[in-house]
Amino acid sequence: MELQSLIYLFVGISFSVYIGIAVWARAGSTKEFYIAGGGVHPVANGMATAADWMSAASFISLAGIIAFKGSDGGAYLMGWTGGYVLLALLLAPYLRKFGKFTVPDFVGDRYYSDLARTVAVVAVIFISFTYVAGQMRGVGIVFSRFLEVDVNTGVMLGMGIVFIYSVLGGMKGITYTQVAQYVVMIFAFTVPAIFLSIQVTDTFLPQLGLFSQTAFAFDDGVRSIPQGTYLMHALDQAVNDLGFNNYTEPGSVFNMFMLTVVLMAGTAGLPHVIVRFFTVPKVKDARISAGWALVFIAIMYTTIASVAAFSRVNLISNVQNVEYKAFVSGEVIRPDGTINNGSWFKTWEEGGLLAWNDRNGDGKIQYANGTAFDGPKGKPAFDGEARGINGQRLTTNAKGAPTETELKANNGVANEIYVDRDIMVLANPEIANLPAWVIALMAAGGLAAALSTAAGLLLVISASISHDLFGQVLMKDKKTGKSTLTEKNELRLARGAAVVAILVAGYLGINPPGFVAQVVAFAFGLAAASFFPVIILGIFDKRMNKEGAISGMIVGLTFTFAYIVYFVFLGGAKEDYLFGIAPTGIGTLGMVLHFVVAYFVSRATPPPPAEIQAIVENIRVPSGAGAAIDH
Amino acid sequence: MDAEKAQAYWKENIRTILSLLVVWFVVSLGAGVLFIEQLNAIEISGVKLGFWFAQQGAIYAFVILIFVYVHKMGKIDEKYGVDE
Repeated sequence: MELQSLIYLFVGISFSVYIGIAVWARAGSTKEFYIAGGGVHPVANGMATAADWMSAASFISLAGIIAFKGSDGGAYLMGWTGGYVLLALLLAPYLRKFGKFTVPDFVGDRYYSDLARTVAVVAVIFISFTYVAGQMRGVGIVFSRFLEVDVNTGVMLGMGIVFIYSVLGGMKGITYTQVAQYVVMIFAFTVPAIFLSIQVTDTFLPQLGLFSQTAFAFDDGVRSIPQGTYLMHALDQAVNDLGFNNYTEPGSVFNMFMLTVVLMAGTAGLPHVIVRFFTVPKVKDARISAGWALVFIAIMYTTIASVAAFSRVNLISNVQNVEYKAFVSGEVIRPDGTINNGSWFKTWEEGGLLAWNDRNGDGKIQYANGTAFDGPKGKPAFDGEARGINGQRLTTNAKGAPTETELKANNGVANEIYVDRDIMVLANPEIANLPAWVIALMAAGGLAAALSTAAGLLLVISASISHDLFGQVLMKDKKTGKSTLTEKNELRLARGAAVVAILVAGYLGINPPGFVAQVVAFAFGLAAASFFPVIILGIFDKRMNKEGAISGMIVGLTFTFAYIVYFVFLGGAKEDYLFGIAPTGIGTLGMVLHFVVAYFVSRATPPPPAEIQAIVENIRVPSGAGAAIDH
Repeated sequence: MDAEKAQAYWKENIRTILSLLVVWFVVSLGAGVLFIEQLNAIEISGVKLGFWFAQQGAIYAFVILIFVYVHKMGKIDEKYGVDE
């Protein structure tokens, strides 16, 4: 079958499965809508958590980021997995014992304050929307690349699917859809990785491919690297020849430390992840469920480091010094007789994520350190549909002939291409000439990754609006302290809120704010500086009171927010960084400030009431978790 | 459960968590960040050890840590009769 029909087939089948599950697992009560009725098996919950967690960013972008960053990319791998240890040991079991529906529920009840609850609701909504915008962009990229529809239609299709299963099924529908989505996404990620591993290193397991030797000799443009060189040596040698830092060379230890900590604490503090542990029956299940979640995540994450290394080697060996015209029309033959088909280069160039500027006029592609275009981060500005003599797209900001210093720095090779990091994973199967069904699987996997995360986030947003904001603050009976909403009305409100959230997310996907990439720092920084400390203190410090919690949250949030806004959006200079901390890692300091402020304020104010202290005593003991209590 | 027993249970719980968190810190922020350069001096099949911890090794350790935690807590729960 042809590639395009295969893609339609794979995406079509996976979408029908998701919708089928949604119809089967409709939510009939608020309890089913918010926490899937609380009866999800720990392994199923682990799988759903993994799908919820691994977003378009993990699936599409992460390997690409590491391929270009090398050693420092480890911060993401450790951060986005190490957070689960914190979650399992410090948060999940206690929150399950506490037994409510949402994160603001815990904050509001434990700190006996509607102000604390409201601050938490605002933080949940902000963090989740930031995240959702990125997912919708991911959906758009995959759709526009693989289904030959334009990005807007793609985003709307994605919204439609999410709409059906989250509005109809709530947490129950989402949980079981996510189990299916996990299966799709893990196959889509590991199958091409295994192919790549065999191709580049002759090793079956990608995880071990890192320790293997190259299966072919390749020319990096400066020297030929013989077959049988250790993969990492080959990579270090090649990038070093081309003027980059060594792939395995760490950068600033301090900033990597700060970034890793913020990603770990942020992971443990993200509301859409925490809420997953409310869905299992017992405290014991919450613990083991976090373990299963990490097993499922680790299958993909331990593959990522290898995929990153393979794709960088593949990129260099396939594009260096090949003649553009012959390459994109599939006429370049490798020394071993196989075809080096560059049609992928053309496709992504048409999509605007790749560009070539023949600076030395030799008609061949060169890849090295440095930029070939004058835009920010070396991005090309395409000149409409104008074409050069080789058929390449022209730009308005192409740099001229290479300078002496440039050539000297990179051993005589001047960079002529721009490669967007987001295309590495999606382009891998094509770069490696893998069978068409692998590429089709990739498309279905990318969509599963983006949609599963988007659905989880949208649910958290709708629950915090209907349950926390309306049920617990706005519509609360002042005398009884109970929500005046009936069960039926709250369910309606939750569905309505989900619809609004999907529309806003879709808008953000179609008109992506130019700063999507930067705002990810926000989500993790804010979660690390707000939810992570406030929940830890609520469990482990019985003396913590509402004054301490509220002041801690406000100080942590404002500090982190202001720092990121100043340095990322208002053009603050690098030289002014506080202790040299990059904005991506500032949440770590925000978290420390939160802990310190909360401690001192709570010790200077009266202790929490006796019944609150009794709640804390109670959540520390696992027995008697029972079902989640409605208000 | 009486207050004294609850306190003993909590103490043992904290001790377990802390000992596991020490390992958690050592394999990730220790081996993969703070001491990455020192460990990079050791190389196995072309892969530098510090680099490996940061990109793969820490993740394996994390998985093991959670299952050890589940096992240990199960035992403690049983000892204090708070398991279900």
